[in-house]
Amino acid sequence: MTNSRTLGQQLQQKGISKRAFLKYSAYLASIMALPPSAGSALASGLANARRQAVIWLSFQECTGCTESLTRSYSPTLEDLIFDFISLDYHHTLQAASGEAAENARRQSMQENKGNYIVVVDGSVPTKDGGVYSMIAGQTNADMLRETIEDAAAVIAVGTCAAFGGLPFANPNPTGAVPISELVGDKPLVNIPGCPPIPEAMSGTLAHLLAFGKIPVLDDRHRPKAFYGETIHDRCYRRPFYEKGLFAKSFDDEGARKGWCLYELGCKGPIAYNACATLKWNGGTSYPIQSGHGCFACASPNFWDQGGFYNPLSSATNDMARNLVGAAVTGAAVGAGAAFLARRRQDRQLAASQNKAEDTS
Amino acid sequence: MSLLEFARGPALEFSIAVLLFGTAWRLVGILLLRWRIDKSEPRPDAPTKAVGALRGVARHFWPHRAFWSATAFQTLNSYVFHIGLAVVVLGFGPHIAFIRHLTGFGWPNLPTPLITFIAILTVGSLFAALTKRLTSPVLRLISTTDDYLTWVITIVPLVTGIAAAGHIGARYETLLAIHILSVAVFLIWLPFSKLAHAFLFVFSRGLTGARLTRRGAKF
Repeated sequence: MTNSRTLGQQLQQKGISKRAFLKYSAYLASIMALPPSAGSALASGLANARRQAVIWLSFQECTGCTESLTRSYSPTLEDLIFDFISLDYHHTLQAASGEAAENARRQSMQENKGNYIVVVDGSVPTKDGGVYSMIAGQTNADMLRETIEDAAAVIAVGTCAAFGGLPFANPNPTGAVPISELVGDKPLVNIPGCPPIPEAMSGTLAHLLAFGKIPVLDDRHRPKAFYGETIHDRCYRRPFYEKGLFAKSFDDEGARKGWCLYELGCKGPIAYNACATLKWNGGTSYPIQSGHGCFACASPNFWDQGGFYNPLSSATNDMARNLVGAAVTGAAVGAGAAFLARRRQDRQLAASQNKAEDTS
Repeated sequence: MSLLEFARGPALEFSIAVLLFGTAWRLVGILLLRWRIDKSEPRPDAPTKAVGALRGVARHFWPHRAFWSATAFQTLNSYVFHIGLAVVVLGFGPHIAFIRHLTGFGWPNLPTPLITFIAILTVGSLFAALTKRLTSPVLRLISTTDDYLTWVITIVPLVTGIAAAGHIGARYETLLAIHILSVAVFLIWLPFSKLAHAFLFVFSRGLTGARLTRRGAKF
Protein backbone atom coordinates (compact mmCIF):
# COMPACT_ATOMS: atom_id res chain seq x y z
CA MET A 1 0.00 0.00 0.00
CA THR A 2 1.07 3.60 -0.44
CA ASN A 3 2.83 5.53 2.33
CA SER A 4 3.68 9.12 3.05
CA ARG A 5 7.46 8.97 2.54
CA THR A 6 8.94 10.36 -0.64
CA LEU A 7 11.29 8.45 -2.89
CA GLY A 8 14.13 10.75 -1.86
CA GLN A 9 13.61 9.87 1.78
CA GLN A 10 13.42 6.16 1.03
CA LEU A 11 16.57 6.19 -1.08
CA GLN A 12 18.41 8.12 1.61
CA GLN A 13 17.35 5.51 4.15
CA LYS A 14 18.64 2.75 1.87
CA GLY A 15 22.03 4.41 1.57
CA ILE A 16 21.71 5.56 -2.06
CA SER A 17 23.80 8.72 -2.44
CA LYS A 18 22.45 11.85 -4.07
CA ARG A 19 25.16 11.56 -6.73
CA ALA A 20 24.05 8.03 -7.66
CA PHE A 21 20.44 9.16 -7.80
CA LEU A 22 21.30 12.15 -10.02
CA LYS A 23 23.30 9.88 -12.31
CA TYR A 24 20.35 7.52 -12.58
CA SER A 25 17.97 10.42 -13.29
CA ALA A 26 20.28 11.77 -15.99
CA TYR A 27 20.49 8.27 -17.48
CA LEU A 28 16.70 7.97 -17.51
CA ALA A 29 16.35 11.41 -19.07
CA SER A 30 18.86 10.54 -21.77
CA ILE A 31 17.28 7.22 -22.74
CA MET A 32 13.91 8.97 -22.93
CA ALA A 33 15.43 11.58 -25.26
CA LEU A 34 14.54 14.37 -22.86
CA PRO A 35 16.59 17.60 -23.00
CA PRO A 36 19.59 17.81 -20.62
CA SER A 37 17.72 20.23 -18.35
CA ALA A 38 15.05 17.57 -17.81
CA GLY A 39 17.54 15.42 -15.89
CA SER A 40 17.45 17.64 -12.82
CA ALA A 41 13.69 18.14 -13.16
CA LEU A 42 13.26 14.39 -13.34
CA ALA A 43 15.48 13.93 -10.27
CA SER A 44 13.57 16.57 -8.37
CA GLY A 45 10.22 15.12 -9.40
CA LEU A 46 11.24 11.60 -8.48
CA ALA A 47 12.74 12.66 -5.14
CA ASN A 48 9.50 14.34 -4.14
CA ALA A 49 7.18 11.70 -5.55
CA ARG A 50 5.21 9.44 -3.20
CA ARG A 51 4.50 5.78 -3.63
CA GLN A 52 2.32 5.16 -6.62
CA ALA A 53 -0.33 2.47 -6.32
CA VAL A 54 -0.07 0.01 -9.19
CA ILE A 55 -2.40 -2.86 -9.97
CA TRP A 56 -0.91 -5.38 -12.35
CA LEU A 57 -3.37 -7.57 -14.25
CA SER A 58 -2.16 -10.66 -16.07
CA PHE A 59 -4.43 -12.11 -18.73
CA GLN A 60 -3.56 -14.30 -21.74
CA GLU A 61 0.22 -14.09 -21.30
CA CYS A 62 3.28 -16.20 -20.55
CA THR A 63 4.72 -14.14 -17.67
CA GLY A 64 7.77 -13.44 -19.82
CA CYS A 65 7.18 -9.70 -19.43
CA THR A 66 7.29 -10.00 -15.64
CA GLU A 67 10.31 -12.28 -15.89
CA SER A 68 12.09 -9.69 -17.98
CA LEU A 69 11.23 -6.78 -15.72
CA THR A 70 11.99 -8.48 -12.44
CA ARG A 71 15.02 -10.57 -13.31
CA SER A 72 16.98 -8.90 -16.04
CA TYR A 73 18.39 -6.06 -13.99
CA SER A 74 18.14 -7.32 -10.48
CA PRO A 75 19.46 -5.93 -8.28
CA THR A 76 19.86 -2.40 -9.65
CA LEU A 77 18.51 1.02 -9.03
CA GLU A 78 15.58 0.23 -11.27
CA ASP A 79 14.45 -2.20 -8.62
CA LEU A 80 14.25 0.68 -6.20
CA ILE A 81 11.80 2.35 -8.49
CA PHE A 82 9.74 -0.78 -8.20
CA ASP A 83 10.18 -0.60 -4.45
CA PHE A 84 8.87 2.88 -4.73
CA ILE A 85 5.67 1.88 -6.45
CA SER A 86 3.14 0.05 -4.37
CA LEU A 87 2.48 -3.09 -6.32
CA ASP A 88 -0.87 -3.92 -4.77
CA TYR A 89 -1.87 -6.78 -7.05
CA HIS A 90 0.31 -9.02 -9.18
CA HIS A 91 -0.35 -12.73 -9.75
CA THR A 92 3.29 -13.75 -9.87
CA LEU A 93 4.75 -11.48 -7.23
CA GLN A 94 2.03 -11.09 -4.64
CA ALA A 95 2.05 -13.16 -1.47
CA ALA A 96 -1.72 -13.21 -1.11
CA SER A 97 -3.89 -15.61 -3.06
CA GLY A 98 -7.55 -16.34 -3.70
CA GLU A 99 -10.09 -13.97 -2.18
CA ALA A 100 -7.39 -12.20 -0.16
CA ALA A 101 -5.67 -11.19 -3.37
CA GLU A 102 -8.90 -9.98 -4.96
CA ASN A 103 -9.70 -8.03 -1.80
CA ALA A 104 -6.28 -6.38 -1.96
CA ARG A 105 -7.03 -5.26 -5.52
CA ARG A 106 -10.42 -3.85 -4.61
CA GLN A 107 -9.05 -2.18 -1.48
CA SER A 108 -6.32 -0.49 -3.49
CA MET A 109 -8.86 0.67 -6.06
CA GLN A 110 -10.98 2.18 -3.29
CA GLU A 111 -8.13 3.82 -1.38
CA ASN A 112 -6.46 5.27 -4.48
CA LYS A 113 -9.56 6.09 -6.48
CA GLY A 114 -8.64 8.12 -9.54
CA ASN A 115 -4.90 7.93 -8.84
CA TYR A 116 -3.78 4.35 -9.31
CA ILE A 117 -2.16 2.94 -12.41
CA VAL A 118 -3.24 -0.31 -14.03
CA VAL A 119 -0.54 -2.32 -15.73
CA VAL A 120 -1.77 -5.11 -17.96
CA ASP A 121 0.16 -7.91 -19.60
CA GLY A 122 -1.58 -10.36 -21.87
CA SER A 123 -4.46 -10.04 -24.32
CA VAL A 124 -8.12 -10.43 -23.46
CA PRO A 125 -10.21 -13.28 -24.92
CA THR A 126 -13.66 -12.23 -26.09
CA LYS A 127 -14.93 -15.32 -27.90
CA ASP A 128 -17.70 -17.36 -26.23
CA GLY A 129 -18.21 -14.76 -23.56
CA GLY A 130 -14.52 -14.59 -22.69
CA VAL A 131 -14.50 -17.99 -20.94
CA TYR A 132 -11.03 -18.91 -22.19
CA SER A 133 -9.29 -16.96 -19.43
CA MET A 134 -10.96 -16.28 -16.09
CA ILE A 135 -9.64 -15.16 -12.71
CA ALA A 136 -11.63 -15.61 -9.49
CA GLY A 137 -14.72 -16.42 -11.53
CA GLN A 138 -14.40 -13.22 -13.53
CA THR A 139 -13.61 -12.99 -17.22
CA ASN A 140 -10.54 -10.96 -18.13
CA ALA A 141 -12.72 -8.42 -19.89
CA ASP A 142 -14.91 -7.93 -16.79
CA MET A 143 -11.90 -7.67 -14.48
CA LEU A 144 -10.26 -5.11 -16.77
CA ARG A 145 -13.46 -3.09 -17.06
CA GLU A 146 -13.93 -3.07 -13.29
CA THR A 147 -10.30 -2.26 -12.49
CA ILE A 148 -9.71 0.58 -14.94
CA GLU A 149 -12.92 2.40 -14.08
CA ASP A 150 -11.21 4.68 -11.54
CA ALA A 151 -7.64 4.33 -12.80
CA ALA A 152 -5.49 7.33 -13.69
CA ALA A 153 -3.86 5.53 -16.61
CA VAL A 154 -3.43 2.11 -18.16
CA ILE A 155 -0.08 0.70 -19.23
CA ALA A 156 -0.22 -2.27 -21.59
CA VAL A 157 3.03 -4.17 -21.12
CA GLY A 158 4.20 -6.62 -23.75
CA THR A 159 3.00 -7.23 -27.29
CA CYS A 160 0.09 -9.42 -26.18
CA ALA A 161 -1.42 -6.56 -24.21
CA ALA A 162 -0.41 -3.85 -26.67
CA PHE A 163 -1.30 -5.53 -29.96
CA GLY A 164 -2.73 -8.98 -29.20
CA GLY A 165 0.54 -10.88 -29.58
CA LEU A 166 0.58 -14.65 -29.79
CA PRO A 167 -3.05 -15.23 -28.73
CA PHE A 168 -4.11 -12.76 -31.44
CA ALA A 169 -2.13 -14.62 -34.15
CA ASN A 170 -4.04 -16.35 -36.89
CA PRO A 171 -6.45 -18.14 -36.34
CA ASN A 172 -6.93 -16.40 -32.99
CA PRO A 173 -9.03 -19.21 -31.45
CA THR A 174 -9.98 -17.27 -28.31
CA GLY A 175 -11.02 -14.06 -30.06
CA ALA A 176 -8.17 -12.25 -28.30
CA VAL A 177 -8.06 -8.46 -28.49
CA PRO A 178 -5.43 -5.95 -27.36
CA ILE A 179 -6.10 -3.77 -24.32
CA SER A 180 -6.55 -0.70 -26.51
CA GLU A 181 -9.89 -2.08 -27.71
CA LEU A 182 -11.30 -2.21 -24.17
CA VAL A 183 -10.03 0.87 -22.34
CA GLY A 184 -12.20 3.47 -24.04
CA ASP A 185 -10.85 6.96 -23.51
CA LYS A 186 -8.60 6.13 -20.54
CA PRO A 187 -5.01 7.35 -20.99
CA LEU A 188 -3.16 4.35 -22.43
CA VAL A 189 0.53 3.66 -22.84
CA ASN A 190 1.63 0.66 -24.89
CA ILE A 191 5.02 -0.83 -24.08
CA PRO A 192 5.21 -3.67 -26.57
CA GLY A 193 7.91 -6.28 -26.89
CA CYS A 194 8.15 -9.98 -26.38
CA PRO A 195 9.24 -9.18 -23.74
CA PRO A 196 9.62 -5.39 -23.54
CA ILE A 197 12.95 -3.80 -22.64
CA PRO A 198 13.08 -3.24 -18.84
CA GLU A 199 14.14 0.40 -19.20
CA ALA A 200 11.11 1.12 -21.38
CA MET A 201 8.96 0.04 -18.47
CA SER A 202 10.92 1.67 -15.66
CA GLY A 203 11.51 4.82 -17.70
CA THR A 204 7.81 5.21 -18.47
CA LEU A 205 6.90 4.71 -14.82
CA ALA A 206 9.60 7.16 -13.73
CA HIS A 207 8.24 9.73 -16.16
CA LEU A 208 4.75 9.23 -14.78
CA LEU A 209 5.99 9.61 -11.21
CA ALA A 210 8.28 12.58 -11.80
CA PHE A 211 6.12 14.66 -14.13
CA GLY A 212 2.65 13.36 -13.26
CA LYS A 213 1.81 12.71 -16.89
CA ILE A 214 2.46 10.09 -19.51
CA PRO A 215 5.41 10.61 -21.89
CA VAL A 216 5.03 11.67 -25.51
CA LEU A 217 3.47 8.81 -27.46
CA ASP A 218 3.33 7.84 -31.12
CA ASP A 219 0.21 6.93 -33.09
CA ARG A 220 0.25 3.44 -31.54
CA HIS A 221 0.42 4.84 -27.99
CA ARG A 222 4.09 3.87 -27.60
CA PRO A 223 6.53 6.21 -25.83
CA LYS A 224 8.45 7.88 -28.63
CA ALA A 225 11.57 7.84 -26.52
CA PHE A 226 11.78 4.06 -26.82
CA TYR A 227 9.81 3.34 -29.97
CA GLY A 228 10.56 6.37 -32.11
CA GLU A 229 13.17 4.72 -34.31
CA THR A 230 13.54 1.37 -35.97
CA ILE A 231 16.12 -1.24 -35.01
CA HIS A 232 17.43 -0.83 -38.57
CA ASP A 233 17.96 2.92 -38.07
CA ARG A 234 20.31 2.28 -35.17
CA CYS A 235 21.71 -1.09 -36.19
CA TYR A 236 25.49 -1.35 -36.31
CA ARG A 237 25.05 -3.58 -39.38
CA ARG A 238 23.26 -0.81 -41.30
CA PRO A 239 26.36 0.15 -43.35
CA PHE A 240 26.38 -3.37 -44.78
CA TYR A 241 22.75 -2.94 -45.84
CA GLU A 242 23.65 0.30 -47.57
CA LYS A 243 26.47 -1.45 -49.44
CA GLY A 244 24.33 -4.44 -50.38
CA LEU A 245 26.38 -6.90 -48.32
CA PHE A 246 23.97 -9.54 -47.04
CA ALA A 247 24.56 -12.80 -45.18
CA LYS A 248 22.91 -15.61 -47.14
CA SER A 249 22.94 -18.17 -44.37
CA PHE A 250 23.69 -18.17 -40.65
CA ASP A 251 27.10 -19.75 -41.11
CA ASP A 252 28.44 -18.29 -44.34
CA GLU A 253 31.31 -15.87 -44.73
CA GLY A 254 28.94 -12.90 -44.71
CA ALA A 255 27.45 -13.98 -41.39
CA ARG A 256 30.91 -14.36 -39.90
CA LYS A 257 31.84 -10.88 -41.11
CA GLY A 258 28.75 -9.41 -39.50
CA TRP A 259 26.93 -8.47 -42.70
CA CYS A 260 23.29 -7.41 -42.83
CA LEU A 261 20.74 -10.11 -41.96
CA TYR A 262 17.93 -8.72 -44.16
CA GLU A 263 17.89 -11.73 -46.47
CA LEU A 264 17.75 -14.08 -43.47
CA GLY A 265 14.46 -12.57 -42.42
CA CYS A 266 15.56 -9.68 -40.20
CA LYS A 267 12.56 -7.40 -39.63
CA GLY A 268 14.69 -4.57 -38.23
CA PRO A 269 13.54 -2.07 -40.89
CA ILE A 270 9.94 -2.26 -39.64
CA ALA A 271 10.70 -2.88 -35.93
CA TYR A 272 10.20 0.17 -33.71
CA ASN A 273 12.11 -0.54 -30.52
CA ALA A 274 15.22 0.47 -28.62
CA CYS A 275 17.06 -2.87 -28.66
CA ALA A 276 19.90 -1.53 -30.83
CA THR A 277 20.60 1.35 -28.42
CA LEU A 278 19.65 0.15 -24.92
CA LYS A 279 20.33 -3.53 -25.64
CA TRP A 280 19.59 -6.36 -23.20
CA ASN A 281 21.12 -7.87 -20.10
CA GLY A 282 22.65 -4.69 -18.82
CA GLY A 283 23.56 -3.38 -22.26
CA THR A 284 25.41 -6.54 -23.21
CA SER A 285 23.90 -7.39 -26.58
CA TYR A 286 20.73 -7.72 -28.61
CA PRO A 287 19.53 -10.38 -31.06
CA ILE A 288 21.15 -8.93 -34.20
CA GLN A 289 24.46 -8.53 -32.36
CA SER A 290 24.17 -12.19 -31.45
CA GLY A 291 23.86 -13.11 -35.12
CA HIS A 292 20.10 -13.52 -35.42
CA GLY A 293 17.65 -11.33 -37.29
CA CYS A 294 15.07 -9.20 -35.50
CA PHE A 295 11.55 -10.66 -35.24
CA ALA A 296 9.97 -7.21 -34.82
CA CYS A 297 8.45 -8.62 -31.65
CA ALA A 298 7.19 -5.17 -30.63
CA SER A 299 5.15 -4.81 -33.83
CA PRO A 300 1.50 -5.66 -34.39
CA ASN A 301 0.91 -9.07 -36.00
CA PHE A 302 4.55 -10.04 -35.72
CA TRP A 303 3.59 -13.72 -35.64
CA ASP A 304 1.87 -13.40 -39.02
CA GLN A 305 4.57 -11.64 -41.05
CA GLY A 306 5.13 -14.57 -43.39
CA GLY A 307 7.73 -16.44 -41.35
CA PHE A 308 10.56 -15.31 -39.13
CA TYR A 309 13.21 -16.38 -41.64
CA ASN A 310 11.66 -15.01 -44.82
CA PRO A 311 12.93 -11.60 -45.94
CA LEU A 312 10.68 -8.56 -45.84
CA SER A 313 10.76 -8.37 -49.62
CA SER A 314 9.27 -11.85 -50.00
CA ALA A 315 5.62 -12.78 -50.41
CA THR A 316 3.82 -13.98 -47.31
CA ASN A 317 1.29 -16.30 -48.93
CA ASP A 318 2.00 -19.87 -49.91
CA MET A 319 0.87 -19.31 -53.45
CA ALA A 320 2.30 -22.19 -55.54
CA ARG A 321 -1.02 -24.01 -56.02
CA ASN A 322 -2.95 -20.85 -56.91
CA LEU A 323 -0.29 -19.72 -59.37
CA VAL A 324 -0.26 -23.07 -61.17
CA GLY A 325 -4.07 -22.92 -61.25
CA ALA A 326 -3.98 -19.40 -62.70
CA ALA A 327 -1.53 -20.43 -65.44
CA VAL A 328 -3.54 -23.55 -66.36
CA THR A 329 -6.79 -21.57 -66.41
CA GLY A 330 -5.17 -18.91 -68.59
CA ALA A 331 -3.97 -21.59 -71.03
CA ALA A 332 -7.46 -23.10 -71.12
CA VAL A 333 -9.05 -19.72 -71.81
CA GLY A 334 -6.46 -19.09 -74.54
CA ALA A 335 -7.17 -22.48 -76.12
CA GLY A 336 -10.89 -21.74 -75.98
CA ALA A 337 -10.38 -18.36 -77.62
CA ALA A 338 -8.27 -19.94 -80.37
CA PHE A 339 -10.91 -22.64 -80.91
CA LEU A 340 -13.64 -20.03 -81.29
CA ALA A 341 -11.46 -18.05 -83.71
CA ARG A 342 -10.84 -21.15 -85.82
CA ARG A 343 -14.54 -22.01 -85.88
CA ARG A 344 -15.35 -18.48 -87.00
CA GLN A 345 -12.76 -18.81 -89.76
CA ASP A 346 -14.29 -22.14 -90.85
CA ARG A 347 -17.75 -20.60 -91.01
CA GLN A 348 -16.50 -17.62 -92.99
CA LEU A 349 -14.67 -19.97 -95.37
CA ALA A 350 -17.76 -22.15 -95.82
CA ALA A 351 -19.92 -19.08 -96.40
CA SER A 352 -17.55 -17.69 -99.02
CA GLN A 353 -17.37 -21.09 -100.78
CA ASN A 354 -21.17 -21.34 -100.84
CA LYS A 355 -21.37 -17.85 -102.25
CA ALA A 356 -18.86 -18.74 -104.95
CA GLU A 357 -20.83 -21.87 -105.89
CA ASP A 358 -24.06 -19.89 -106.02
CA THR A 359 -22.61 -17.27 -108.31
CA SER A 360 -21.13 -19.91 -110.63
CA MET B 1 -4.08 -6.09 -41.77
CA SER B 2 -1.48 -3.41 -42.39
CA LEU B 3 -0.73 -2.00 -45.82
CA LEU B 4 2.52 -3.95 -45.95
CA GLU B 5 0.81 -7.20 -44.98
CA PHE B 6 -1.76 -6.59 -47.72
CA ALA B 7 0.97 -5.83 -50.25
CA ARG B 8 3.13 -8.86 -49.38
CA GLY B 9 0.13 -11.16 -49.12
CA PRO B 10 -3.06 -10.92 -51.22
CA ALA B 11 -1.88 -8.13 -53.54
CA LEU B 12 1.30 -9.92 -54.58
CA GLU B 13 -0.41 -13.28 -54.97
CA PHE B 14 -3.27 -11.82 -57.02
CA SER B 15 -0.95 -9.84 -59.29
CA ILE B 16 1.36 -12.79 -60.02
CA ALA B 17 -1.69 -15.00 -60.65
CA VAL B 18 -3.07 -12.42 -63.12
CA LEU B 19 0.35 -12.17 -64.79
CA LEU B 20 0.51 -15.95 -65.29
CA PHE B 21 -3.14 -16.17 -66.29
CA GLY B 22 -2.85 -13.34 -68.81
CA THR B 23 0.46 -14.51 -70.24
CA ALA B 24 -0.77 -18.09 -70.69
CA TRP B 25 -4.03 -16.84 -72.18
CA ARG B 26 -2.30 -14.62 -74.75
CA LEU B 27 0.47 -17.05 -75.63
CA VAL B 28 -1.72 -20.12 -76.03
CA GLY B 29 -4.46 -18.09 -77.71
CA ILE B 30 -2.02 -16.79 -80.33
CA LEU B 31 -0.01 -19.96 -80.84
CA LEU B 32 -3.12 -22.10 -81.37
CA LEU B 33 -4.50 -19.81 -84.05
CA ARG B 34 -4.42 -21.21 -87.56
CA TRP B 35 -1.13 -20.44 -89.26
CA ARG B 36 -1.37 -18.59 -92.53
CA ILE B 37 -0.24 -20.84 -95.37
CA ASP B 38 2.15 -19.14 -97.75
CA LYS B 39 1.54 -20.86 -101.11
CA SER B 40 4.19 -18.91 -102.94
CA GLU B 41 7.34 -20.67 -104.06
CA PRO B 42 10.20 -19.82 -101.67
CA ARG B 43 13.31 -18.21 -103.09
CA PRO B 44 15.99 -20.79 -103.94
CA ASP B 45 18.37 -19.49 -101.30
CA ALA B 46 15.69 -18.93 -98.64
CA PRO B 47 16.50 -20.42 -95.25
CA THR B 48 14.11 -22.68 -93.39
CA LYS B 49 11.26 -21.05 -91.48
CA ALA B 50 12.99 -21.61 -88.16
CA VAL B 51 16.26 -20.07 -89.30
CA GLY B 52 14.42 -17.18 -90.92
CA ALA B 53 12.50 -16.61 -87.69
CA LEU B 54 15.67 -16.61 -85.59
CA ARG B 55 17.34 -14.20 -88.01
CA GLY B 56 14.28 -11.97 -87.78
CA VAL B 57 14.47 -11.92 -84.01
CA ALA B 58 18.20 -11.18 -84.02
CA ARG B 59 18.10 -8.60 -86.82
CA HIS B 60 15.63 -6.39 -85.05
CA PHE B 61 17.90 -5.91 -82.06
CA TRP B 62 19.67 -3.22 -84.07
CA PRO B 63 18.26 -0.90 -86.75
CA HIS B 64 19.26 -1.12 -90.40
CA ARG B 65 21.90 1.35 -91.44
CA ALA B 66 19.38 3.21 -93.55
CA PHE B 67 17.27 3.98 -90.49
CA TRP B 68 20.11 4.64 -88.08
CA SER B 69 20.09 8.42 -88.17
CA ALA B 70 16.35 8.49 -87.59
CA THR B 71 16.25 5.89 -84.83
CA ALA B 72 19.62 6.18 -83.07
CA PHE B 73 18.31 8.03 -80.02
CA GLN B 74 15.33 5.75 -79.51
CA THR B 75 17.44 2.65 -80.01
CA LEU B 76 20.17 3.63 -77.60
CA ASN B 77 17.76 5.08 -75.05
CA SER B 78 15.63 1.94 -75.20
CA TYR B 79 18.70 -0.16 -74.49
CA VAL B 80 19.53 2.04 -71.51
CA PHE B 81 16.18 1.64 -69.79
CA HIS B 82 15.65 -2.00 -70.78
CA ILE B 83 19.08 -3.05 -69.51
CA GLY B 84 18.66 -0.74 -66.53
CA LEU B 85 15.34 -2.34 -65.61
CA ALA B 86 16.84 -5.82 -65.96
CA VAL B 87 19.86 -4.98 -63.79
CA VAL B 88 17.72 -3.36 -61.10
CA VAL B 89 15.20 -6.21 -61.03
CA LEU B 90 17.74 -9.03 -61.16
CA GLY B 91 20.72 -7.47 -59.37
CA PHE B 92 19.27 -5.98 -56.18
CA GLY B 93 19.65 -8.19 -53.10
CA PRO B 94 16.09 -7.96 -51.74
CA HIS B 95 14.72 -8.70 -55.26
CA ILE B 96 16.87 -11.81 -55.50
CA ALA B 97 15.69 -12.80 -52.03
CA PHE B 98 12.10 -12.46 -53.26
CA ILE B 99 12.81 -14.61 -56.33
CA ARG B 100 14.71 -17.17 -54.26
CA HIS B 101 11.83 -17.43 -51.81
CA LEU B 102 9.35 -17.86 -54.67
CA THR B 103 11.28 -20.21 -56.95
CA GLY B 104 14.19 -21.61 -54.98
CA PHE B 105 16.71 -20.07 -57.40
CA GLY B 106 19.07 -17.28 -56.47
CA TRP B 107 22.35 -15.66 -57.49
CA PRO B 108 24.82 -13.12 -56.04
CA ASN B 109 23.60 -9.54 -55.86
CA LEU B 110 25.24 -6.34 -57.06
CA PRO B 111 26.30 -3.55 -54.66
CA THR B 112 23.38 -1.36 -53.65
CA PRO B 113 25.07 1.96 -54.60
CA LEU B 114 25.53 0.61 -58.15
CA ILE B 115 21.88 -0.49 -58.29
CA THR B 116 20.78 2.92 -57.07
CA PHE B 117 22.88 4.65 -59.72
CA ILE B 118 21.48 2.43 -62.48
CA ALA B 119 17.93 2.93 -61.20
CA ILE B 120 18.32 6.71 -61.31
CA LEU B 121 19.83 6.43 -64.79
CA THR B 122 16.87 4.29 -65.87
CA VAL B 123 14.40 6.85 -64.54
CA GLY B 124 16.23 9.54 -66.48
CA SER B 125 16.14 7.38 -69.58
CA LEU B 126 12.39 6.84 -69.23
CA PHE B 127 11.88 10.59 -68.94
CA ALA B 128 13.96 11.04 -72.08
CA ALA B 129 11.74 8.52 -73.86
CA LEU B 130 8.64 10.41 -72.76
CA THR B 131 10.13 13.71 -73.89
CA LYS B 132 10.88 12.22 -77.30
CA ARG B 133 7.33 10.90 -77.53
CA LEU B 134 5.83 14.25 -76.61
CA THR B 135 8.06 16.33 -78.87
CA SER B 136 7.96 14.17 -81.98
CA PRO B 137 4.81 14.99 -84.01
CA VAL B 138 4.70 11.50 -85.53
CA LEU B 139 5.18 9.69 -82.23
CA ARG B 140 2.63 11.91 -80.54
CA LEU B 141 0.14 11.16 -83.29
CA ILE B 142 0.44 7.41 -82.96
CA SER B 143 0.62 7.36 -79.16
CA THR B 144 -2.40 6.06 -77.29
CA THR B 145 -3.51 6.06 -73.68
CA ASP B 146 -1.90 2.61 -73.42
CA ASP B 147 1.52 4.15 -74.17
CA TYR B 148 1.29 6.86 -71.54
CA LEU B 149 -0.27 4.61 -68.91
CA THR B 150 2.41 1.99 -69.56
CA TRP B 151 5.08 4.64 -69.07
CA VAL B 152 3.58 5.63 -65.70
CA ILE B 153 3.14 2.03 -64.58
CA THR B 154 6.77 1.29 -65.50
CA ILE B 155 8.40 4.28 -63.85
CA VAL B 156 6.44 4.24 -60.58
CA PRO B 157 7.99 0.97 -59.29
CA LEU B 158 11.44 2.39 -60.07
CA VAL B 159 10.84 5.61 -58.17
CA THR B 160 9.17 3.87 -55.22
CA GLY B 161 11.94 1.27 -55.22
CA ILE B 162 14.65 3.94 -55.00
CA ALA B 163 12.74 5.56 -52.14
CA ALA B 164 12.25 2.24 -50.31
CA ALA B 165 15.85 1.08 -50.67
CA GLY B 166 17.13 4.45 -49.47
CA HIS B 167 14.44 4.96 -46.78
CA ILE B 168 13.54 8.29 -48.33
CA GLY B 169 10.38 10.23 -47.56
CA ALA B 170 8.42 7.94 -45.25
CA ARG B 171 8.65 4.94 -42.97
CA TYR B 172 10.22 1.88 -44.55
CA GLU B 173 7.10 -0.26 -44.14
CA THR B 174 5.04 2.36 -45.99
CA LEU B 175 7.63 2.78 -48.74
CA LEU B 176 8.03 -0.96 -49.16
CA ALA B 177 4.25 -1.49 -49.26
CA ILE B 178 3.81 1.22 -51.90
CA HIS B 179 6.69 -0.22 -53.92
CA ILE B 180 5.25 -3.75 -53.81
CA LEU B 181 1.78 -2.45 -54.72
CA SER B 182 3.23 -0.52 -57.67
CA VAL B 183 4.96 -3.70 -58.82
CA ALA B 184 1.65 -5.56 -58.42
CA VAL B 185 -0.04 -3.04 -60.74
CA PHE B 186 2.83 -3.49 -63.21
CA LEU B 187 2.42 -7.28 -63.19
CA ILE B 188 -1.36 -7.05 -63.71
CA TRP B 189 -0.96 -4.53 -66.52
CA LEU B 190 1.84 -6.42 -68.32
CA PRO B 191 0.01 -9.18 -70.24
CA PHE B 192 -2.87 -6.98 -71.41
CA SER B 193 -0.97 -3.91 -72.60
CA LYS B 194 1.97 -2.91 -74.74
CA LEU B 195 4.16 -4.29 -71.98
CA ALA B 196 3.19 -7.71 -73.40
CA HIS B 197 6.01 -7.15 -75.89
CA ALA B 198 8.15 -8.59 -73.10
CA PHE B 199 7.07 -12.06 -74.26
CA LEU B 200 5.37 -11.39 -77.62
CA PHE B 201 8.33 -9.69 -79.34
CA VAL B 202 9.86 -13.08 -80.11
CA PHE B 203 6.80 -14.18 -82.07
CA SER B 204 6.18 -10.93 -83.94
CA ARG B 205 9.81 -10.63 -84.97
CA GLY B 206 10.09 -14.34 -85.71
CA LEU B 207 7.02 -14.36 -87.92
CA THR B 208 8.27 -11.33 -89.80
CA GLY B 209 11.68 -12.95 -90.21
CA ALA B 210 10.26 -16.27 -91.43
CA ARG B 211 7.93 -14.61 -93.93
CA LEU B 212 10.37 -12.10 -95.36
CA THR B 213 13.39 -14.40 -95.64
CA ARG B 214 11.20 -16.82 -97.60
CA ARG B 215 10.61 -13.97 -100.05
CA GLY B 216 14.29 -13.20 -100.37
CA ALA B 217 14.96 -10.60 -97.73
CA LYS B 218 18.51 -10.77 -96.40
CA PHE B 219 18.54 -10.76 -92.61
